[in-house]
Amino acid sequence: MPSLKHTGNKLFDPQVQLKYLETHINGLNVFDQDLTASGLSPLKPRSLDVLQINVGKVCNQSCHHCHVDAAPDRKESMTTETFQQCLDVVRKNKFSMVDITGGAPELNPNFRWFVSELKKLKVNILVRCNLTIINSHKRFSDLPEFYAENNVEVIASMPYFTKNRTDSQRGDGVFESSIHALQMLNAVGYGMEGSDLRLNLVYNPSGAFLPGDQLALEQQFKKELFDRFSINFNNLYCITNLPISRFLNYLITSGNYQNYMEKLSSSFNPVAAQNVMCREMISVGWDGSLYDCDFNQMLELGVDLESISHISEYDHTALIGRNIRTNQHCYGCTAGTGSSCGGSVV
Amino acid sequence: MEKTYYDPADLKKFGDVSEFGPELAKKFFDYYGEVFKDGALTAREKSLIALAVAHTVQCPYCIDAYTTDTLERGCSEEQMMEAVHVAVAIRGGSSLVHSVQMMNKVKEVSM
Ligand code: SF4
Ligand code: SF4
Repeated sequence: MPSLKHTGNKLFDPQVQLKYLETHINGLNVFDQDLTASGLSPLKPRSLDVLQINVGKVCNQSCHHCHVDAAPDRKESMTTETFQQCLDVVRKNKFSMVDITGGAPELNPNFRWFVSELKKLKVNILVRCNLTIINSHKRFSDLPEFYAENNVEVIASMPYFTKNRTDSQRGDGVFESSIHALQMLNAVGYGMEGSDLRLNLVYNPSGAFLPGDQLALEQQFKKELFDRFSINFNNLYCITNLPISRFLNYLITSGNYQNYMEKLSSSFNPVAAQNVMCREMISVGWDGSLYDCDFNQMLELGVDLESISHISEYDHTALIGRNIRTNQHCYGCTAGTGSSCGGSVV
Repeated sequence: MEKTYYDPADLKKFGDVSEFGPELAKKFFDYYGEVFKDGALTAREKSLIALAVAHTVQCPYCIDAYTTDTLERGCSEEQMMEAVHVAVAIRGGSSLVHSVQMMNKVKEVSM
């Protein structure tokens, strides 16, 4: 499917998305009121351990649920100069992790250079890989070796262990290609017992329902993927689909918006709210703009500081003192056992 | 009264039954919660059983609730349909097995 941008869908505009979320309340709870009632407003960072960098919206896939509105038709891609500014920030500050995402980050021409430079800085590197990129062209088929050489932690998208549910979310042929890619990652040691190379999978529901218990799903995935395809992995992270971008479009056009939002908002869990990932991270956009998280990035809700909006202006102390910008979409992070880029938070 | 007997929105009001009888409702919901916890059977297995039973009792609320619940617990379409077929087989079988009575009676009264 083409991106919302490419088709001229008005929901491409983050302002239109925010307006929809704010005006279609219809008896729903209001996130900021729930946050206040939990004593968490204004939401503040606890630390700044993770630098998450979205290197662009270009992707070889165009999944139905994509919150980035990524697709092959997108052009936005981080430049060498902005990568260099990110490296400067990593050099001067102490992050436990640099988390690289996209789009398909591997499609950025600077990707391999950037990962190698990060390795020299001895920081943990995590790449969010859509798996199919590995088989998309022969120039990517050595990615498993490249990841291994750079000791990259791979977080791979794998919405389900059957073909129909995977392909219905991510496109025809994705399941088979993903299985092949996982086998290639296993072959170089990823996810294997006794190996340091970590391979974690991301599960997000293929539709208007929430992910269930993470541990129970992990056990099922481990059994099914091993029994059917001899695939091993370390952990499964369950991620709730947030009502933004293409998933918001799906919710509205399929008539599921109200029910889904009711379910999210009525499952608000103050403990999950305490542990939302934006309290530990900062997110960088392809053009170097700074955000509280990748979701706020897609809604163009920049960090709430007058003096800082770009990675070149990075100031650790000021950023740790900021207020995090929240809205109705945040219910996706606080429902039930919560959701983050690292799965459940409770 | 509503124009139809079943309104999907009523499912969310299930807890409201306590309005007319709080003590029994509390006992029921506490019990219900306990039943569906992981035990000798996993919560996922119990959810599939509930889905099958929902089809047997033909309760639209339960079918709605346990379709979502089984999906959330990672059940596949094949697993869900197999669970329903178990209910169908028992339901059909329970009719069919009574035909033994019919046959007995036929044989009893026939020359
Ligand atoms: S969800 Fe991931 S793989 Fe799918 S289109 Fe978006 S960025 Fe690409
Ligand atoms: S959507 Fe972003 S800002 Fe909102 S709670 Fe989640 S991580 Fe925090």
